[in-house]
Amino acid sequence: MEQAVIELNGLTKRYGEFTAVSGLNLSIRAGEIFGLLGPNGAGKTTTILMMLGLTEPSAGTATVCGIDATRNPMQVKRRVGYMPDDVGFYEDRTGLDNLVYTARLNRIPAKEARVRAEQMLEKVGLSEAAHKKTGAYSRGMRQRLGLADVLIKQPEVIILDEPTLGIDPEGVRELLTLIRDLSRNEGLTVLLSSHHLHQVQQICDRVGLFVGGKLIASGDLDALSRELDGGPTRLVEADIRGWTPELTDAIAAIEHVSGVTSGDADALDNAAAGDAGSVTVRVAGTADFTPQLASVIVGSGAELLGLRPMRYGLDEIYHRYFEGGDSRDRVH
Amino acid sequence: MTAFIEKLRRPARETSASGVERTPSPFWVMVQKEFGDHIRSWRFVILLAIVTLACAGSIYASITALKNGQSTEGGTDTSFLFLKMFTESDGSLPNFLTFLSFLAPLIGIAIGFDSVNSERNKGTLSRIMSQPVYRDDFLNAKFVAGLLLIAVVVFALGFLVMGMGLFTIGYPPTPEEFWRVFVTLIITTIYVGLWLNLALLFSVRFRQSATSALSGIAVWIFFLVFYGMIVNLIGNVTAPSDPSNAAAVINQQDWLMLLNRISPAYLFQEAASTLLLPDTRTLNPFITQDQAYLAINAPLSFGQSLLLVWPQVVAIIAETALSFAASYVAFMRQEIRSRS
Repeated sequence: MEQAVIELNGLTKRYGEFTAVSGLNLSIRAGEIFGLLGPNGAGKTTTILMMLGLTEPSAGTATVCGIDATRNPMQVKRRVGYMPDDVGFYEDRTGLDNLVYTARLNRIPAKEARVRAEQMLEKVGLSEAAHKKTGAYSRGMRQRLGLADVLIKQPEVIILDEPTLGIDPEGVRELLTLIRDLSRNEGLTVLLSSHHLHQVQQICDRVGLFVGGKLIASGDLDALSRELDGGPTRLVEADIRGWTPELTDAIAAIEHVSGVTSGDADALDNAAAGDAGSVTVRVAGTADFTPQLASVIVGSGAELLGLRPMRYGLDEIYHRYFEGGDSRDRVH
Repeated sequence: MTAFIEKLRRPARETSASGVERTPSPFWVMVQKEFGDHIRSWRFVILLAIVTLACAGSIYASITALKNGQSTEGGTDTSFLFLKMFTESDGSLPNFLTFLSFLAPLIGIAIGFDSVNSERNKGTLSRIMSQPVYRDDFLNAKFVAGLLLIAVVVFALGFLVMGMGLFTIGYPPTPEEFWRVFVTLIITTIYVGLWLNLALLFSVRFRQSATSALSGIAVWIFFLVFYGMIVNLIGNVTAPSDPSNAAAVINQQDWLMLLNRISPAYLFQEAASTLLLPDTRTLNPFITQDQAYLAINAPLSFGQSLLLVWPQVVAIIAETALSFAASYVAFMRQEIRSRS
């Protein structure tokens, strides 16, 4: 295993009675894209602040690039680029000015700062808006400028707090592609926090699920779903016309199948099928059973309209975690 | 070997010779940016316009007064005529000093009141804090940039008034008069710096810039208008029952004086007027008959005037330091989160 770039050990933060982050252990490897996932108020931002030494942990240590973030925040901040959620800029200055200012705060000489700022703007596709005041930037442009702002100091690690919040889907896609390319091409370690699951899913190598100040699961998607109380790893959706209750039993009897649910399909999907008599059935199992399922359905005389193997998505994982949980308390 | 050393030296020399100039510490970068922001802001232009108008008006009033010869009644003739420009008035408008002591706090408040909370609300604070800068540098830069700007404004105004005076009355200042004005301007800068610090404190403390502006203005009005009244009230209430008891009366007056001197506005008024009116021989309201009678009726020298106001100057500096310390502590203990 490679040297961990970010290493959190028993990291805890208490605000009076309230524990925002409790006993967090996490290690993130170099070149990895790690998604910190959790609902609002789960302690994601607090954790990030502790990694940057902006907040002092009540207990535990945060080590970034081998440096203790609490003791030497300056050295950490030199190597880590951080984009806060809802990043702000000096609105009466141009995008270029804002970047040059950041660069100069990092002790980059004025001339070089300008060159670099222009390069960065080019990279994030804001060259045309370089001389526009940031007050006139759209939300998506601000986020991209935020990314440029983070990259201008040529960091080893970038930490993005809710980078996709409030941008339209196309903007999100562009931003995420940009982040992934950066990580792949320049070997950057990326930590991004979000509560948008499918977005995290698109680009993250690993994700950590964060609820109520605790990391309840971490790993890649497969590991995560396996970790979830031995939950199913396969999910197949089938649209069937001519549904009979006996079919349920027949399907349930197939090897590896662990659960069958019917009738809870999306109204939208049904409408799309354009068929009143059809039923969507979700079949969950522990190993691949799709061929058997198809033959059982067809063999029973029902019409098989569609058969979709589903990835066990983060949405599902997320949902499973939060249903019934008391994780809805909002903190900030 | 020598070549190697030479090689080592060269980049070092390059960075030390030209590099120091080109890569200033983040602190000075911030100061530069703050200073630029202030100068470009509309707020500053408006403020400058108000203060300039006030100064021009007071100069006009004092010059009319001087021309009418109202001031020569005191018998000091033309001595310190130049300084009279700052303290005389024909009654139509307050004199320069009064204007300055009234409006100067406004400059400080206007420059400082939103310096921290607006950055917080715009979400720039957390972004700047995640750069390799010390947290206190941020606040220090705000203070230094503000103070620099205040110094520039105060000195520009002071010299403007001097120049205009020279132009109209055609009576050049003696070096002593020049230094008196100069030191007064320095004290004014410190005094405005105090208000800047108070405004900074409010901007750290209050999340809304409107709240911090209002609190700044409230404190300003309190000290300029109400504080004297309150002290008078206290004086009336605590007046000794036996007016012939000299010791008690003096004791009480001393107390009132001390109370008055808590107010920075009062301190500034005392310090500035003593410097600009060399005839002021003491700031103590009580002098014995003998003292008054035996004192030579002559202006104090510059050094003696300065000595007389030194406690006032120190008190203003102390109050400035105190409010800066308060905002410093408040800022360092705050958690920096984005927009919250």
